[in-house]
Amino acid sequence: MKKFNEKAMHLVFLISACASILSVVIICLFLFVNGIPAMGEIGVFQFLTGEKWKPGNDIYGILPMILGSIYVTAGAILVGVPIGILTAVFLSKFCPCRLYRVIKPAIDLLAGIPSVVYGFFGLVVIVPVMSELFGGSGKSMAAASLLLGIMILPTIIGVSESAISAVPDSYYEGALALGASHERSVFFAALPSARSGILAGVILGVGRAIGETMAVIMVAGNQARMPRGLFKGVRTMTANIVLEMGYATDLHREALIATAVVLFVFILMINLSFSILSRKGEA
Amino acid sequence: MEAIMEPGEQENIRPINRQTFSQRLKSYKRSPLSFFLLILVSLSSLITVLALLFLIAYILVKGVPCLTPELFAWEYNSENVSLMPALINTIIMTALSLLIAGPLGIFSAIYLVEYARRGNKLVAVIRVTAETLSGIPSIVYGLFGFLFFAVTLEWSYTILGGAMTLAIMILPLIMRTTEEALKSVPDSYREGSFGLGAGRLRTVFRIVLPSAVPGILAGVILAVGRIVGETAALMYTAGTVAGIPENLMGSGRTLAVHMYVLTNEGLYINQSYATAVVLLAMVICINAVSGAIAKKAASKNK
Repeated sequence: MKKFNEKAMHLVFLISACASILSVVIICLFLFVNGIPAMGEIGVFQFLTGEKWKPGNDIYGILPMILGSIYVTAGAILVGVPIGILTAVFLSKFCPCRLYRVIKPAIDLLAGIPSVVYGFFGLVVIVPVMSELFGGSGKSMAAASLLLGIMILPTIIGVSESAISAVPDSYYEGALALGASHERSVFFAALPSARSGILAGVILGVGRAIGETMAVIMVAGNQARMPRGLFKGVRTMTANIVLEMGYATDLHREALIATAVVLFVFILMINLSFSILSRKGEA
Repeated sequence: MEAIMEPGEQENIRPINRQTFSQRLKSYKRSPLSFFLLILVSLSSLITVLALLFLIAYILVKGVPCLTPELFAWEYNSENVSLMPALINTIIMTALSLLIAGPLGIFSAIYLVEYARRGNKLVAVIRVTAETLSGIPSIVYGLFGFLFFAVTLEWSYTILGGAMTLAIMILPLIMRTTEEALKSVPDSYREGSFGLGAGRLRTVFRIVLPSAVPGILAGVILAVGRIVGETAALMYTAGTVAGIPENLMGSGRTLAVHMYVLTNEGLYINQSYATAVVLLAMVICINAVSGAIAKKAASKNK
């Protein structure tokens, strides 16, 4: 009986462990099975490089959304990466212990705030300011980039900080012993060795930014046309799905699923480079 | 390798060659670059913390006066715009998702840490898929849930479908935190248990799991935080009906979805502020509890 129990529970654990594999498989299956045929019907080339998205006329080109996602993410990186990395340096090398106990939970909280709350904050604070400063409605690529830049901070800070802390102290001490100041030792001896770990953090931040939906929808304007400028509205792939999924039918719905497939492929590539980099960082 | 000093002793050693403030100022004068770097680093940290403080303060200052008693009425109608049904739905959704993902995640972690042999191919595959799952954006989960539960299984928008979608979403989080908690249980516990003649199963449930509980709990609470804040994955799986459904196969919106819909309609800006306050308060509590438990777990295993 006891032996049977052991065997049975071993099996239960094994099956549970396979749940994540099963989930990934069926997610891939459902997305690709529902999305690929639409891509075929529209024409892969036309779907990916078409500059017009007009579901009413059966014209489905998602280049505006792909570019929208890329531009907004690039903007978020410009805002979030310098601040994030420098904050990580501060936390791991400059911060007095007592201050650390305050800042670290604050950053955890920044990661825990729901994206609707961020979006709402962007809508009532960032958008009016943008509108005041640069004219127009204020719902723009710049507003979305700024908001996303804040949202990816905790991701970048977390990964970068552990990468910097993992650098052997002897690097820093060696530089110090050669007469370099504390700052120089940190920036020119310790930081370069944490390169690949920091890059992994940035890539994880890119993944967050490109996949973010609710916050972007509320501040980006969502016009389905080619991005025209920093202070003009833009629609991302994620926004495209949420905005139109509610009422889409037939080919339109399949085109939206195909948009998700493109997004998914982007994310898979980002994840792959992240895991390669973080493994390199460990070695 | 044996450590020469205990970690506790190391902390007690203080550097004796401290610089005075004027010495430090002098050295910065000699090397402006160092000073510049110091300013840069401090400034960025200041921006990070101020961004958070400003966001919280703004929402609280604007939102707390909007918290009126009718917001917490039991029934939702367009006059009181009550958030109570959404709050109750959030609790139901959280409980249901945890009920599904909790055992699955904890059991998977047990398999990975306690049962799998080193170099097992399956373990590598599970790690990769868990990593993939944790990177998938919530809208893709939402779309999958819509296609699978609402369309293929013909459930339409249901609380259960939403909870199952969320369960898949938080699975990697629970798996990872549980794995770390199990790994931090010293091997001597296991060896002691085996030495007394206990089987593997008894060792896991009586010895290893109880000592890993704080770590697991911290992870589970973190997962609660994600469920509470999730919107994109729920809009097309659980739907946006503003009421408490009669059973699990009904549609209902959680607090975050409620807030998105209110903001989107643009008619109830004050109520949006109030909802934001409630959401923020929940998230702050959840984070505080998770942090406290994690700290307890860390000190216990020292």
